[in-house]
Amino acid sequence: MLCLMVTAVEFQSVTKIYSGQEVLSNLDLHLEARATTVVVGESGSGKSTLLKLINAVVQPDSGTVFLFGKNISELDGPEHRRKIGYAVQGAGLFPHLTAHQNVTMLAKLENWPSEKIEYRYTQLAEMMNLDQSMNDNYPHQLSGGECQRFGLCRAFMLEPAMLLLDEAFSAIDPITRTSIHDQFMALRHHEPVTTLMVTHDMREAVKLGDRLVILRDGKILQSAPVNEVLDNPADAYVRHLLETQL
Amino acid sequence: MSVHRYSRVILVIVIYALTVQAVNAQTLRVGSKNFNESYILAEIMAQVLEGAGYDVERKFGLGGTLICYSALLEGEIDLYPEYTGTLTQAILKREGEFTRSELDALMSGEGLRVLPGFGFNNTYALGLAKNRDFSDLKNISDLVARSDLKLVFSHEFLERPDGWPGLVQRYGFKGNPTGIEHGLAFQALANGEIDVTDLYSTDGEIRRYNLQVLEDDRNFFPHYLAFPFTRAELPESAERALLQLSDAIDDDLMSQLNEGVIFEGKSFAEVASGFLSSQQISYRASTSDWKTDLLRNTVTHLKLTGIALGMAIFSGLLISLVIFRINWLTRSTLTIIGLLQTIPSIALLALMIPLFGIGQVPAIIALFLYSLLPIVRNAITALTTIDPVLQEVSVAIGLTPREQLRYVFVPLSLPSILAGVRTAAVISIGTATLAAFIGAGGLGDPIVVGLSLNDTSLILQGAVPAAALAVLTEIGFESLERWLLPAHLR
Repeated sequence: MLCLMVTAVEFQSVTKIYSGQEVLSNLDLHLEARATTVVVGESGSGKSTLLKLINAVVQPDSGTVFLFGKNISELDGPEHRRKIGYAVQGAGLFPHLTAHQNVTMLAKLENWPSEKIEYRYTQLAEMMNLDQSMNDNYPHQLSGGECQRFGLCRAFMLEPAMLLLDEAFSAIDPITRTSIHDQFMALRHHEPVTTLMVTHDMREAVKLGDRLVILRDGKILQSAPVNEVLDNPADAYVRHLLETQL
Repeated sequence: MSVHRYSRVILVIVIYALTVQAVNAQTLRVGSKNFNESYILAEIMAQVLEGAGYDVERKFGLGGTLICYSALLEGEIDLYPEYTGTLTQAILKREGEFTRSELDALMSGEGLRVLPGFGFNNTYALGLAKNRDFSDLKNISDLVARSDLKLVFSHEFLERPDGWPGLVQRYGFKGNPTGIEHGLAFQALANGEIDVTDLYSTDGEIRRYNLQVLEDDRNFFPHYLAFPFTRAELPESAERALLQLSDAIDDDLMSQLNEGVIFEGKSFAEVASGFLSSQQISYRASTSDWKTDLLRNTVTHLKLTGIALGMAIFSGLLISLVIFRINWLTRSTLTIIGLLQTIPSIALLALMIPLFGIGQVPAIIALFLYSLLPIVRNAITALTTIDPVLQEVSVAIGLTPREQLRYVFVPLSLPSILAGVRTAAVISIGTATLAAFIGAGGLGDPIVVGLSLNDTSLILQGAVPAAALAVLTEIGFESLERWLLPAHLR
């Protein structure tokens, strides 16, 4: 069988330095289109910086990042970011807006017709198992899990070409997390968008990911399909990570 | 509304405010200082001019000689009652005595006229309470040895060369007397809280408080002959009308007129009309009563604070939004605006006079500067302390910098911004009462007159509505907050 891998994102010799410290060192990485790639690493390993390089919140000090063949540093920031869904730990919903307003804010700014906005909103809310009665609730009136679900709805709202999840399932209790995982996977199955997810939780990585990237001190130790990592850990550190967390 | 349109609105308001007083050629502006006699003389002149067919704008209660003089010099007022001694010493800073025509010649170089005097000499005097057994004190020189007595003088007297500094030289006084608002000194004297203060020899209070006036045995105090001090371009018919007043009032009559206000509770207008009708000088009595006064003062007060606050909200928020991302700029801006706040309000108002003259424009500018700090400080503090996660999210989901401000930063800062505006509004309403000292009118007008007359009810006529306005403003902002902010953000 001919397996043709389409590259969504390509890092070419990317180095990022924060106050004299190399956070990413000469890093090369391909992200497969429509797959979920999970970056695992400890705090300070540079995994959040990977996300910020893709949505151009930070620029590389050397090297280039391409999104579907285009050099990201040459794109208009806001326009580029709207094509990339983004969800963060704790959801990051705006406290002065209702759940519905948080999710639909960007669609309104993009001048979507209101029927389209409502259709899309209802579709996402149903997939994430969110009741319509919560539409007008402010974030402080919602549970952590509900906030996180609305946060994911916001990330999916504009039918993005790519999805970035920064520890988006942390800070939720394990039972709720499992059900959100399931809803998220169902949604992704329905809309297989290229996803880059950052976590420090190996179980979550194995459960949700198609490919794993193990990052340590700004360098990639291993980048491979999940099974390959499980079967053949690249080195002692990766093995240790798998053994202690799984 | 775009920035461009906002700035045009402001420009129109400022130009309107600057020109509205200058257009009517038939309007004469009469000033007065903030003490009883000056009000009465100014009101007499005003009614005579109205009788001669002029519209008169009353800019009474200006805070002191130099404010009146610079207002006259700048053409902010056309005339006010002044005294020869004051003109010589406090304005010209000359020694010795000058006749009226000498003074007239000296002032012509400045484009000003010294018209023939009203006829009385209101010189400075030192007074003490008769009921306190100071019978051994007859002359000012008797006072020099009495270090046990508490000497308290009006602020102006303490500064003027023809006041305390001159007395020290002529009589050899020692010690540092403290200052007091002139209108309050009599009460303090009668109550025995102070022993000696400066008086004017035509003061109505001399009888009211049963005061003894010390003999100026070394002839220190110069003559203070009152006269209409006018601009040279005063219309001839106006000058003719004022000349009817020359030598019409002697010392006794002036004391009586002063007493008319202080003892009998008559208004300045009543006293002035009574005098003019007894002299058969044609006049037009003003028909204001307390209700129209209150309405006019309140409207003026709201206008002063409203315009100043509007300008402060607009420019304060604009400044905050432009600079809040630039750390060093926010710090230096807050420092500068904070320094402005440390200038006492009355001093800030006085500082406005050389720049903008007297009246509403300098008052509005001073109030504007005062309102700026709470607005800018609250706005910047709120904008710079927004949850970093929300800041990051607002960028990462693809909001443009402008959209970040409009949909995230400003709404999240709104509670704090509103609180700042609320503080600024209440401060402005309070501070605007002081604007009467530079001729801006408003609810400070009755307060200033009341202070000079030591008339509590008059003070309350300004203070109560001002306090009510402040309370109403608080309530207004509370409902505004309820309307603008979701409950959990209040």
